[in-house]
Amino acid sequence: MKTNKLFLIISREFLIRVKKKSFIIMTILTPLLFAALIVMPSLIMTLSSGNKGQKILVIDRSELCQPFFENSEEYTYLFDKNADIESIKKDFPESLYAAVEISAPDSMFNVSVSTISTKQMNIDTKKQIERNVQKAMEKSKLEKYDIENLDNILKDIRTDVSVKTFTISESGEEKEGMVELYMGIAYILSFMIYMFIFMFGSMVMRGVIEEKTTRIVEVIVSSVKPFELMLGKILGVGSVALLQFLIWIVLTGGIIFGAQAIMGADKLTESNELVQQMAAGQTATDAITSITAESTPMDNIMASLANVPIARILTAFILYFLLGYLLYAALFSAVGSAVDNEADTQQLILPVTLPLIIGLFIMIHTFQYPDSSLSFWGSMIPFTSPMVMMARVPFGVPAWELALSLALLVGTFIFMTFVSAKIYRVGILMYGKKANWKDLIKWLKY
Amino acid sequence: MDIITCQNVVKKFNDFTALDNVSISVPKGKIFGLLGPNGAGKTTLIRIMNQITLPDSGEVLFNGAKLQRDDIAYIGYLPEERGLYKKMKVGDQALYLARLKGLSKEEATRELKHWFVKFGIQAWWNKKVEELSKGMAQKVQFICTILHKPSLLILDEPFSGFDPVNVQLVRNEILLMRDAGTSVILSTHNMESVEELCDNIALINKAKLIITGELDQIRRDHGKNEVEVIYRASAPHSFAANNLISLVNQEETKRGYRAILEVKKEACSSEILRSLVSEIDILSYRELIPRMNDIFIKLVS
Repeated sequence: MKTNKLFLIISREFLIRVKKKSFIIMTILTPLLFAALIVMPSLIMTLSSGNKGQKILVIDRSELCQPFFENSEEYTYLFDKNADIESIKKDFPESLYAAVEISAPDSMFNVSVSTISTKQMNIDTKKQIERNVQKAMEKSKLEKYDIENLDNILKDIRTDVSVKTFTISESGEEKEGMVELYMGIAYILSFMIYMFIFMFGSMVMRGVIEEKTTRIVEVIVSSVKPFELMLGKILGVGSVALLQFLIWIVLTGGIIFGAQAIMGADKLTESNELVQQMAAGQTATDAITSITAESTPMDNIMASLANVPIARILTAFILYFLLGYLLYAALFSAVGSAVDNEADTQQLILPVTLPLIIGLFIMIHTFQYPDSSLSFWGSMIPFTSPMVMMARVPFGVPAWELALSLALLVGTFIFMTFVSAKIYRVGILMYGKKANWKDLIKWLKY
Repeated sequence: MDIITCQNVVKKFNDFTALDNVSISVPKGKIFGLLGPNGAGKTTLIRIMNQITLPDSGEVLFNGAKLQRDDIAYIGYLPEERGLYKKMKVGDQALYLARLKGLSKEEATRELKHWFVKFGIQAWWNKKVEELSKGMAQKVQFICTILHKPSLLILDEPFSGFDPVNVQLVRNEILLMRDAGTSVILSTHNMESVEELCDNIALINKAKLIITGELDQIRRDHGKNEVEVIYRASAPHSFAANNLISLVNQEETKRGYRAILEVKKEACSSEILRSLVSEIDILSYRELIPRMNDIFIKLVS
């Protein structure tokens, strides 16, 4: 009988939200956005190669650089070492994308380079020019030393270094890790927890306020216990969150695989790597050139993706999201019960949202230093642990820390639900009076 | 036999005492008026009977046994502060509330259809509540309160928001249910409804029970045992010869002379009438019972 009523409440809270247009739109649009974020970079790369055959005039007064400007798909270089820069400035030929003037070198092979273009020069082009001139000057300097077989030596000393990071698991097994990948996963998941707790916590709060302002709450609590109503609402909204999350994963996955099939797998892997390198702090241009310059060590990424303990991360995500949501939803509903309309929540909500926001800040720190003491304590304290621990999990966390953090979270969630229920029970039947935190504490004793 | 009994109920909210040692008994199959000024503690008492609030001390008995959680299935409560989910359809909402009371889906649907037809509101089933007027929503709420056939009906200001036609409809429904054996607790500030509907009352003021008992008895107790007689005559009658009564006051009106007479001893109306018939030509005879309104004001102030 009792579970039956709780189930009734849960299903009402669930259905009323799932049937809403805004839910359906959000649920479908967000994965499109996610997918766009992942597919976009490769799309941009495909599109940007459309600027083909742009002409750049190189005025090479040093007479050293010309061999280093090689025509590519994108740029065609014209050379005229005697051109008058002033006349070009006055009457810029329409056919030109840019003009580059390289001064004659001094004794130390320092040159100054200036470019003229009608539009702001593309940052890639600028970097390309810098690199070309730099290479030319370096080569000239080296030649000064008069070393025999210089070309061969240079070829010989060229080496490729890529750092592979390994972590040793407790069983002593080596695993190849990829810091950038972990950070990407940690970032997305812990930020999602923060967002979901905030979004669905306030959804619970609005639901409680709605019941109060429509005055239906007293009718309902004459049939069920206030605690059942509160719990039913929290669990109902929680199921909405889980459903949305599930649809998001399936849709995002579907869209990405679909895009992969259409655009070809290579491009997409390139763009994935691009995203990771960007996360690692490189600039976009560096990332692009490093990818285009060298062949992609795709196998490495795939190998480390397989090494990321997916099951462990997903389990942790669901546990921390659910428990974190339950903890905060209870607090949100206590606040909702104490006010008559949404505008009045501002003062009361701060103590609830503050730890959430602090958690977000610790989380950002944790991406850089997953094992610092701030990260450790942040992942233990229940009000911040859902976000902070989630940021740590992909890097690997000792089992006892996970267990302790979860146990603390469960304990706090049960305790806070109990406390919130007491406030809620009184608050939902109080009208007119604007309550503050002092009142809420008083209500605990009613 | 009483359907519900509150014994020495005390409820405090920190320093504020909402109910101070209140005891009332609501007899079965009767309409019980719970009266009192705003803030007297009526709503708190009603919430205690609905187990929304727990008393600090004192006991509540339902059908002679200690009030239990499962008893809520036998109580129908229409709170003063009432409403419905705005965005939900009327039918879905009524169904939800009925099922929360413990009715099965089939049972609830069948009963709802019956009542919606009876109240002439079938067309609203698929409307959203926000499309209804206040009076319309009140009708739906009333139906939701009585749908599960409670043996105790607690109505807090049930007539507010209704037009006179619907007041009559609801009033008749309440009386029909009383006749079918349902006990009703009626909390209202409308003393006319109290006089018309209630068999028993309790008056609460400032957290304390002032008076409780049968309505007629209370009214008579607060009267001076006087009767009003209007009679036709060419000159005022002296009433001096009648030893059952004594004249208090008399005046001439359009219809005739109007005399206020104090009834001596324990004379009953038929005795007095018999004695008067021989003396004067009586147009009307009326026991002077004070209005509930006057008693309320007298006791509360």
